[in-house]
Amino acid sequence: MPAFTIKTERDQLTIDKLTERFGADGFTHERLYDTMCFVVPKEHIHDVLRFLRDELDFTFLTSLCGMHFPGLPLELGAVYFLHNMRLGHRIRVKTHVSLKEAKLPTVTDLWPTANWMERETWDFFGIDFVGHPNMKRILNMEDFPAFPMRKDYPLEDPTREDKNDTFFGR
Amino acid sequence: MSDKKDQLESAPQREKPTIVEPPPGTMGTGFFTTSVDQAIGLARKNSLWPLPFATSCCGIEFMSLMSSHYDLARFGMERLSFSPRQSDLLMVMGTIAKKMGPVLREVYTQMAEPKWVLSMGACASSGGIFDSYSVLQGIDRIIPVDVYVPGCPPRPEQVIDGIMKIQELAQNESLRRRYSKEYDDLLTKYKID
Repeated sequence: MPAFTIKTERDQLTIDKLTERFGADGFTHERLYDTMCFVVPKEHIHDVLRFLRDELDFTFLTSLCGMHFPGLPLELGAVYFLHNMRLGHRIRVKTHVSLKEAKLPTVTDLWPTANWMERETWDFFGIDFVGHPNMKRILNMEDFPAFPMRKDYPLEDPTREDKNDTFFGR
Repeated sequence: MSDKKDQLESAPQREKPTIVEPPPGTMGTGFFTTSVDQAIGLARKNSLWPLPFATSCCGIEFMSLMSSHYDLARFGMERLSFSPRQSDLLMVMGTIAKKMGPVLREVYTQMAEPKWVLSMGACASSGGIFDSYSVLQGIDRIIPVDVYVPGCPPRPEQVIDGIMKIQELAQNESLRRRYSKEYDDLLTKYKID
């Protein structure tokens, strides 16, 4: 059986199991860049992740990072990259939050590795992970005044003097 | 046989290694007089102890500079000092992130007078290509710099040139400079006391 067929079967199995447990309205799913991606409301995110870990064997949290889509009603979000080591099966789980209530439940109780990943997401996107044991900045300076990976934050250093129209034609 | 002899004779004669030129002064049998400034300048110039503060690729270039091919030891820098307290020359080589800024400043303040700073490469001098919120746009925003070496990264020859400029500064510096009001003002400008 070709590899992509196996993947599709496993994806379908995951969809079926999730539908059985949370109902068809509990989440949406789409196939993006060869990986099944589930979009879950933030109220259920912790339950869904726990279910995926305990019942469907996604024991490994590969990565966790933030997202920012300016203009949408739920601007911010987080992506969880999960890996089923036994079957070699990867999925993504996304959840969205609004800018005003940028809060998500922590998953450090499910995967201890989420500790630093959630701190990084807080550092760069300003998403607060409720229940995290040590919610503070990890890479930027502690007194850094902004969340720099948000799209409205200017990337270039505003104090730089040598970049002017004479040399760069801006 | 005669061919071989010719070859030997035509081989370039190596110059004998010389010691440094003495400063202007009066020399006689068994004595030499000059000013303290110049004698101390001579000593300082030829025994600088550099402290490498290498954070990225310029540091790799510096490693070739200090090893046998380019040989920093020819300039009296046989020993690199990895403690700021025993070094005269702070060589900042590489990108300094803003989070690293206070560390660099602390290292500078820990160095004993007299001290010089050489900024190697585009990143240390101006931020270089890293025009970003997280990168310090030139170390001269937090510490005074004596010599800038441009390049990305500079070739070892360029750094040698920069080091010789530092040697010139060290040789010609007045002994009173570090006690002068101008020097105090300079440090005050950088909020270093």
